[in-house]
Amino acid sequence: LKESKRAVNSLRDIVDDDDDDLEKVSWSGEPVGSISWSIKETASSSASSLEGRDSSLQKGSSSYTAFPKQASSYSLSSLFKGRNRLPSFQSLSDALSDPGVKNYAPELRRPKAEYKDYSSDWSPKDTVRRMQRGKVCSLERFRSLQDKLVLLDEAVAGHDGNVITAVLIFLKRTLRKEILFRELEVRQVALCHLIHFLKETGEQKLLLDLLRFLDRTEEVALSQYREHLNIQDVEKRREFLKGCIGLPFSAEDTAHIQDHYTLLERQIIIEANDRHLETAGQSEIFRKYPRKASILNMPLVTTLFYSCFYHYTEAEGTFSSPSNLKKTFKIPDKQYVLTALAARAKLRAWNDVDALFTTKNWLGYTKKKAPIGFHRVVEILQRNNAPVQVLQDYVRLVEDVETRLNLATKYKCHDVVIDTYRDLKDRIQLAAYRCKVERGSAEEEKIDSILNNT
Amino acid sequence: QLPGKKDLFIEADLMSPLDRIANVSILKHEVDKLYKVENRPSTSTSDQFCFLVRPRIKTMKYIADIVNADKMAGRSRKYKIIFSPQKVSLAAFSYQLLPSVPNVTCDEWSFYLLPLDDDIISMELPEFFRDYFLEGDHRWINSVARALQLLNSLYGPFSKAYGIGRCAKMSYELWRDLEEESEGDSQGRKPEIGNIFLMDRDTDYVTALCSQVVYEGLVDDTFRIKCGSVDFGPEVTSSDKSIKVLLNSQDKVFSQIRNEHFSSVFGFLSQKSRNLQAQYDRRRGMDIKQMKNFVSQELKGLKQEHRLLSLHIGACESIMKKKTKQDFQEMIKTEHSLLEGFDIRESTSFIEEHIDRQVSPIESLRLMCLLSITENGLIPKDYRSLKTQYLQSYGPEHLLTFHNLKRIGLLTEQSPGETLTAVESKVSKLVTDRAAGKITDAFNSLARKSNFRGISKKLGLIPRVDGEYDLKMPRDMAYVFSGAYVPLSCKIIEQVLERKSWLGLEEVVRLLNGNEFSVTESAVEDSPAWESQRIILAVFLGGCTFSEIAALRFLGKEKGYKFIFLTTAITNSARMLEAMIETKA
Repeated sequence: LKESKRAVNSLRDIVDDDDDDLEKVSWSGEPVGSISWSIKETASSSASSLEGRDSSLQKGSSSYTAFPKQASSYSLSSLFKGRNRLPSFQSLSDALSDPGVKNYAPELRRPKAEYKDYSSDWSPKDTVRRMQRGKVCSLERFRSLQDKLVLLDEAVAGHDGNVITAVLIFLKRTLRKEILFRELEVRQVALCHLIHFLKETGEQKLLLDLLRFLDRTEEVALSQYREHLNIQDVEKRREFLKGCIGLPFSAEDTAHIQDHYTLLERQIIIEANDRHLETAGQSEIFRKYPRKASILNMPLVTTLFYSCFYHYTEAEGTFSSPSNLKKTFKIPDKQYVLTALAARAKLRAWNDVDALFTTKNWLGYTKKKAPIGFHRVVEILQRNNAPVQVLQDYVRLVEDVETRLNLATKYKCHDVVIDTYRDLKDRIQLAAYRCKVERGSAEEEKIDSILNNT
Repeated sequence: QLPGKKDLFIEADLMSPLDRIANVSILKHEVDKLYKVENRPSTSTSDQFCFLVRPRIKTMKYIADIVNADKMAGRSRKYKIIFSPQKVSLAAFSYQLLPSVPNVTCDEWSFYLLPLDDDIISMELPEFFRDYFLEGDHRWINSVARALQLLNSLYGPFSKAYGIGRCAKMSYELWRDLEEESEGDSQGRKPEIGNIFLMDRDTDYVTALCSQVVYEGLVDDTFRIKCGSVDFGPEVTSSDKSIKVLLNSQDKVFSQIRNEHFSSVFGFLSQKSRNLQAQYDRRRGMDIKQMKNFVSQELKGLKQEHRLLSLHIGACESIMKKKTKQDFQEMIKTEHSLLEGFDIRESTSFIEEHIDRQVSPIESLRLMCLLSITENGLIPKDYRSLKTQYLQSYGPEHLLTFHNLKRIGLLTEQSPGETLTAVESKVSKLVTDRAAGKITDAFNSLARKSNFRGISKKLGLIPRVDGEYDLKMPRDMAYVFSGAYVPLSCKIIEQVLERKSWLGLEEVVRLLNGNEFSVTESAVEDSPAWESQRIILAVFLGGCTFSEIAALRFLGKEKGYKFIFLTTAITNSARMLEAMIETKA
């Protein structure tokens, strides 16, 4: 890939970049004259009339170029030789002017009469068929429950969802709720349509009544919980979530909702405190690493990362301390260690990293242990540009010899490579590795001494 | 046909498709200002508003708000609403939402088909997937039927129709119904497209969930191809510019690499750049006349090729960079294990770690879904623990996402006793599928069993490897997934076309939950033109991926078929899963 790139780049000076066949595009990369571009123009010019159209145009055309627009529409006719009639989708203008394709071209004004429901004797089946074909039909003449249900069943049998919904709207308006619900219970397809319609129109109360009638308690709960997405204000959102705890969720989900509430509650407290700390400018960590965003509404793991970053040393008693979060939300060890590691490594607090993995056994010996593979630890440390001295301690702990060698070679942890080959008694590889270390370095000396001693 | 000056409001989703077929000068006919639906015009003096929109409740509300606000302010205007692709029982919608004012009129713009390339037609209805498969709403079936009707009238009747899936069946039936009535011009026409194959997306979720590794698929996964074109950002163009590129068969570089496995793309690009260099080098030693010829005839083409080449090389570099960062290798390994059914424990802990490290919310979901479908649901212990960790890593509101995934059957929990399912399958064998459908509904909403393992065994989806799979010289469709897996959707199509029926596939069909059909048009049976018999219209309801397109193009080349794709939208794993996430109203 690199080679081809070089070759292509070397041609660049031959191919002087004349822009003559390039199209002008605006700041957003859309070709000037495209519909999306034009609309953005309207939006921006109506938003700020002071900033003239011209200035934004200039800005755009000077800094952006685009590829020449190739033929913008394809014709399927190219697939079949010998065809000369144009398919209707050739282009908007063709579609409008070519009389041959009138059938499927937009029929813009229809005869008035067609809109009128001049015959009211359509059978349920015909009514449905007419509606499927986009004609307006009055449904008012279906008066009895029996007639209405036949109509609904015909609509379902006709497979057109829009007709089904249209009939349902009519039934919803003309039938008692209880009756409608009862009849829908045995008509699953129609039921789906009504539920979807109510979701879309936001008729929450009726939707909940329906779900309750159907005994779908879990959906009742979820549907109410969903509302929180529309609440911007955090205090109101917290209050709302508090109310959700009592909803008929499964036991498992109730715990999740409870956690959601508790998390937001904590975040509100932490946010208030930290904003204060930050503006006061007293705290070193906030001065050195100003916050990029507020912690409100962030996931738990992000909150934990935040807390490991800004509040690592706090006692368990404070809400913002990592240990408090870990305990409150029963965060598994593995998750905790991963997050704390990432946060402390980002701050280059290598001592904290060491402490995270050091355990003492009952005799007082220390040992490094991790609930995640050490190769992961190495990867995270490396991504945060840990120095070789730190890195090699962890590379050494990678259990699988092959992975260890790979990582050690990749990150130039010479000592680990040399020791591993020594332990493997692999003279050939060791000798080969000798060329990869610096001349006259301690590593070279070490290799020599091993090779000479065995 | 709304004479006079007017403001035009266009729905966001219609803008990219419109850009492909028209430009502002066509649209701006007597149009004063263009607005995007969602942007409220602050002050407009226009006497007429025209709206070009999808038939959606949300949009109707938006329009109703504008009309009402005008009414309140005592302004009188004319309003015209043009629905695309069709006007749907508007009486129903407007009855509720629009105030009954006489100056609102409606129309439709029958824009069903957008040809994205020589062989790809898109309906540009990405919401089809969620509306039908999650909500069980049949609202787009009519549009599919109309699209088929349109193709039929252009290219004559299809002599043979195959299909699998409930939606496929309904679309087919509704289309036949429309067709019979219209007694259209297609009668007596020579058929040009011999076969049509309709397939529901839920027949095969696995393929759509796999990481794509053919070039076009990778470009889609990495940069998102929108309406056949892609925005290459500064990281690709190695300048401060973004470039919008149309990706199709007219791009001479792209057309040669789009279907290739990513690993063979590099070789091709370097070959190509060497050739290019050689062609430029010919300039040396040319006399004036030759030079003149060169400049007037070849230079432009070479320049164009040069630009394309450097763009695609840039794209490859950027893809490589992103994928190395994401442990792509390890992820692919996990995917392959899941497909084969090996090392499930190990894969589960890979997914767990993926979630814990907050690598990517969508990718985490994708892996979980793949695990669930290949294993026929997660064991309850794993389901609980993965779900909990997911909510902790990516936000508690994803509780709603999990609920949706369970409903659609992408991520399910094995029921503690499998007895229910045994009864279920026994019953469904005995009774007709209509009744079986009801019984299944009674057992478990819309979700269905995937039975992937059984299907995979029956159809031989995991190729036995003896030695290395040569990705440069693929021997089967599995090359689109590095030789590890033959896409199920494409395999089904292959099998049915080979047999010219579903005969012999009964067991597979049963595992796929039935709803298969195959119909021969009696009218055209007698003399099917040989030519047309090789052409197959593959219809994907709920979206199709570039990997599937590549696989079928390969099959076409091997067997002498020519596939044309009609899809409700181009999809990939990310689009499918994003459609499952709840957002604020």
